[in-house]
Amino acid sequence: MSLSPDQIRQVAKLARLELNPSLTEAYAGQLSNILALVDQLSAAKTEGVGPMAHPLEMTQRLRPDAVSQPDQREAFQAIAPAVQDGLYLVPKVIE
Amino acid sequence: MHTLSIKQLAEALRARTFSSRELTQHYLKRIETLDPQLNSFITVTADQALAAADAADARLARGEGGPLTGIPLGQKDIFCTTGVRTSCASRMLDKFVSPYDATIVKKLQAEAGMPMLGKLNMDEFAMGSSNETSWYGPVKNPWDVSRVPGGSSGGSVAAVAAGLAPVATATDTGGSIRQPAALTNLTGIKPTYGRVSRYGMIAFASSLDQAGVVARSAEDAAQVLQAMSGFDPLDSTSMDRPVDDLVAPLGQSIQGLRVGLPREYFADGLDAGVRACIDAAIAELKKLGATFTEVSLPNSPLSVPTYYVVAPAEASSNLARFDGVRYGHRAEGVKNLEELYERSRGEGFGAEVQRRIMIGTYVLSHGYYDAYYLQAQKVRRLIYDDFRRAFEQVDVILGPTATDVAFKLGSKTDDPVAMYLNDIYTIAANLAGIPAMSLPCGFKDGLPVGMQLMGNFFGEAKLLNVAHQYQLATDWHTRRPAAFV
Repeated sequence: MSLSPDQIRQVAKLARLELNPSLTEAYAGQLSNILALVDQLSAAKTEGVGPMAHPLEMTQRLRPDAVSQPDQREAFQAIAPAVQDGLYLVPKVIE
Repeated sequence: MHTLSIKQLAEALRARTFSSRELTQHYLKRIETLDPQLNSFITVTADQALAAADAADARLARGEGGPLTGIPLGQKDIFCTTGVRTSCASRMLDKFVSPYDATIVKKLQAEAGMPMLGKLNMDEFAMGSSNETSWYGPVKNPWDVSRVPGGSSGGSVAAVAAGLAPVATATDTGGSIRQPAALTNLTGIKPTYGRVSRYGMIAFASSLDQAGVVARSAEDAAQVLQAMSGFDPLDSTSMDRPVDDLVAPLGQSIQGLRVGLPREYFADGLDAGVRACIDAAIAELKKLGATFTEVSLPNSPLSVPTYYVVAPAEASSNLARFDGVRYGHRAEGVKNLEELYERSRGEGFGAEVQRRIMIGTYVLSHGYYDAYYLQAQKVRRLIYDDFRRAFEQVDVILGPTATDVAFKLGSKTDDPVAMYLNDIYTIAANLAGIPAMSLPCGFKDGLPVGMQLMGNFFGEAKLLNVAHQYQLATDWHTRRPAAFV
């Protein structure tokens, strides 16, 4: 599988990633090489083999539905880029 | 002081030969004078380290504390530390000061009483095999500063190998503890997945990441790993089982130990000089009573391709949170929300992270999911089954850690695939979730060579004991880089 610069731009768009235009050609070559590497997987015989998502086959552990974390509002606000009157300030991004 | 083992340091602290403050000051001085050659620390926390050392001295004076109390350590900058920058070596988190401690930070610092010297350099978001992808610049190998220390835990190994810290934490997603340990003459262990809490460890590939330790001997590593281990209700992947004693079993005979040599690990691609060191180590272990048999891990050639689907897929998901709003660098002068996301991520992530996010996005995208991601998860099970069958025949598996010794800085940066293939012997253990370690076994052209031991699930004590027995019989692990004695 070979990726063109246009396909790289499309994947970057899906990933919400602005690419430096000067790197797009290089990324196309490098990602094509990586996909050539992973294309080896297509030859593996996996009929009847179940996918393995977790090394220990664990299922999600549940905990009691009870409050376990204290209020850390002040600690979190202290590291925020901007706060005012107890509120987080975010940049205006709606035109 | 910096030549002493952890056991010797603990004895000296209890005998009041020197205080934890004096020991910590000694290491801080070495960092100040020697680290400019290596770039192993991103942040040095001298004031906090000295305060923690004073607290440790007070505990020891009261006859309290444990075997690690008062012994300083370095923390890989992937672990959250309250009030201290936790950057993951990325511009994205350059200004992030964590409001909480990772569980292993709590265990090693608050509970065990180890003062933190600082936060160690690494590959950005732990993505790399050479420590050249850090936003803060590459780390140099103390054995030859024109060469890489390996990655992603390059800062951790460079600091310990150069005697800037007695021990350091590290993480291993595809070999990032073992490969750098091999390239710098250290002992590094990646425990069984789920053995050590991942809470507060910034996620790269969640089903593969595991925290561990790099040290100058198996005995040192055992002490620290034991203190790090244990069930953590805050980590849903933490295993709820008692912590084995990793220290007491050191010293057991390995007479009759069955060691497997995977034929695929000794095929083309392994450097002859590295092979000679491994062969000599095998001969040494035979003298100690171990028996050797060939085993096969037939799907191991597929471990690198499997990893480079699974890991980027998980990374693309984990790193979605770094968008300039929820976490991380925020671009300025943007016109709308989409541009805020795209520019923040474009500016905040380096090239290797961008490559892996794009690969992950691609293999998970509509039309390619089955061909890439689902197929990789099936091959992952084949790799796991290879190990399961092998461990029906043998107690541990032995092989090389890396294909060759440390390479020159910059020699592989333009060829990601060549860089990825560097991890061909280490990745399979992460895919299977089994414990694995690297320990020094010789030199080639003056550069360290490491051998790898892999064990069955929760078999860390056995691995560490084999390594300890080997280190009692050899002195490779005691060699120090001449420029940092």
